[in-house]
Amino acid sequence: MADTRRPAGTRKTAKQGAESDAVLRGYYEQMVLVREFELRASEMYARAKIGGYCHLNLGEEATVVGLLAALRPTDYLFTTYRDHGYALTRGMEPGAVMAELFGKSTGVVGGRGGSMHMFDLERRMMGGYGIVGGQIPLATGAAFAIDYRSKAGKDADAVMCLMGDATTNIGAFHESLNLAGLWNLPIVYVVVNNRLGMGTPVEHASAEPDLYKRGSAYRIPGTRIDGDDPVAVRDAALAALEKARVDRRPSILETMSFRLKGHSVVDPARYRSKEDNEEAQANDPVPAFRNRLVKSGVLDEKAADAIHAAADKAVTEAVEFADASPDPSPSELFDAVYATAVANESRAYPGDRIVVAS
Amino acid sequence: MTEMTYRQALNETLRAELTRDENVYLLGEEIGVFEGSYKITAGLLKEFGPKRVVDTPIAEEGFTGVAIGSAMLGLRPVVEIMTLNFSLIAIDQIVNHAAKMYGMFGGRVRVPMVIRTPGGGGQQLAATHSQNLEVWYAHIPGLKVVAPSTPADAKALLTAAIRDDDPVLFLENLGLYNTKGDVPDGEQVAEIGKAAVAREGTDLTVVSYSRGMVTALEVAEQFAAEGVSIEVIDLRSLRPLDRGTVCASVRKTSRAVVFEDDMLSYGIGAEISATIGEGAFDWLDAPVRRVAAAEVPLPYAKPLELAAMPDAAALTRVVRETLEASGYRK
Repeated sequence: MADTRRPAGTRKTAKQGAESDAVLRGYYEQMVLVREFELRASEMYARAKIGGYCHLNLGEEATVVGLLAALRPTDYLFTTYRDHGYALTRGMEPGAVMAELFGKSTGVVGGRGGSMHMFDLERRMMGGYGIVGGQIPLATGAAFAIDYRSKAGKDADAVMCLMGDATTNIGAFHESLNLAGLWNLPIVYVVVNNRLGMGTPVEHASAEPDLYKRGSAYRIPGTRIDGDDPVAVRDAALAALEKARVDRRPSILETMSFRLKGHSVVDPARYRSKEDNEEAQANDPVPAFRNRLVKSGVLDEKAADAIHAAADKAVTEAVEFADASPDPSPSELFDAVYATAVANESRAYPGDRIVVAS
Repeated sequence: MTEMTYRQALNETLRAELTRDENVYLLGEEIGVFEGSYKITAGLLKEFGPKRVVDTPIAEEGFTGVAIGSAMLGLRPVVEIMTLNFSLIAIDQIVNHAAKMYGMFGGRVRVPMVIRTPGGGGQQLAATHSQNLEVWYAHIPGLKVVAPSTPADAKALLTAAIRDDDPVLFLENLGLYNTKGDVPDGEQVAEIGKAAVAREGTDLTVVSYSRGMVTALEVAEQFAAEGVSIEVIDLRSLRPLDRGTVCASVRKTSRAVVFEDDMLSYGIGAEISATIGEGAFDWLDAPVRRVAAAEVPLPYAKPLELAAMPDAAALTRVVRETLEASGYRK
């Protein structure tokens, strides 16, 4: 079995001092917010304030922050269902995100989507999708629209489409990449490789487990990145986005990280060995980045603690906001079905008689 | 008013909408260089160029999803899926994405997309190329499903579908492309969700849609010669369904027969029958009957194909049986 712990072609971490302290501190703040939010979401799920599915970005924080540091506000982002951290880092209010998890009417989509369906048109966070791979043709279509309407160039928009490692095996991946490669679309496909699709290791699902190579059938180049280094992720994403904007050529970024816990909040991950779990903990990007910043003098322990305290406070406020928010009303059930009003729409609640104009 | 074929009506409507709105574009297999498998898009690539008329690889899920994604950014794609049978390859994008995104995202994004596709059998294309699966899509909230039976409705409903901000499945039929009819000139925008009384009558209601309407009207005409007055309802819209028009007709005639190309069990007719049972029960003098296809993968051999498909003879027989069962007297 291939040793995937030290992947070939991993970019070295960016040179120390190559970033302003403020920028690096900002990345750490964002990573900590995601960490604190996701831990609290897990707790809220255990308290039955969140229902359904709840997939967390624990262990993925460096990837989240690095990718979004590269993305412009005018670019378009499509994610998987593991989308809370991306929503937050894209600028969506923690209160509104938590409220969506709680199913409240003040949620980012009015409580109609839940954990897997975060969305914000203005911020160009285009969802949050529960169907594995369903977002890939959509993201490719957004890139098509950009190409339809605008010329290539440094100021052109681009699309970033996230997916998991296991998603590279589904048909929608292949059809979409073929279209992007064929039609020269401005899109970056990011494969977040946390080594596991639910409980299935990459090499038990992919005939080609070096996932960055999987675009070669479509002449789409790929790079494997250390997903635990936000600066490395950012720099790789910037280069890929530039290629998309200027050359209108797609590319793949495979970011390597570890899932700290189970597939979702209800998965105890008993299929993982003690060694696997220890390895995941050892590679936790949040304390690693903290240590790096403290070592290089960007932060001291007191400042780092203050960042945690601030994030904790923000998350607590988010929970309070969500708790205090109203549930959507059943009378509004049919309010979001059709954008264009239409005659004879069926608005029957269970047990209602059919409506027949006399 | 101009007489033209159903095919011509579609072609002219696509031309008109491509001209009117630069956000409208077409995509599908062989619609450009080949001019369309059924020539619906003939001449359009030449007139509008490859940016507006996009030939796709054979990748229904991929290009339907691309259309949906582009619609999220405000383009107005008209996707051609070569036949309704092949829509199954794209069904996840149609049902789980196009239909649901407006709802799932709390109304924050729209999917103004049209999928045009012909259903129907009878050309000896065998089982996988002859299906009528529209009922699957009519079942899905968030989709609209329309089924024009005439060139005039082809123009008016396609115009409406393209201008609608929701995903619309526009059901054509291989057996209708060459049919002719009068089409009003100028802009025609139908109202989606409304059925039409295609022929007025008093003694029995036949409900049909798409190609079935040709047979329904022929049979009604034959019965007229005997003095039996059949009202024919053209559904035109499968989702939403105009229950009011159907029930109003049955309250007038007290008898109903559905004529449909799809298979009997769990079909469009099942919904019509339940609708009439609930909405016009006290007016019915006989059970609602359905004339539909035999439940078999449609065979290639002509005698078998004919045996499986509902036709004028079957409709005529069932109309007579219903008249008989209801104690009809002229």
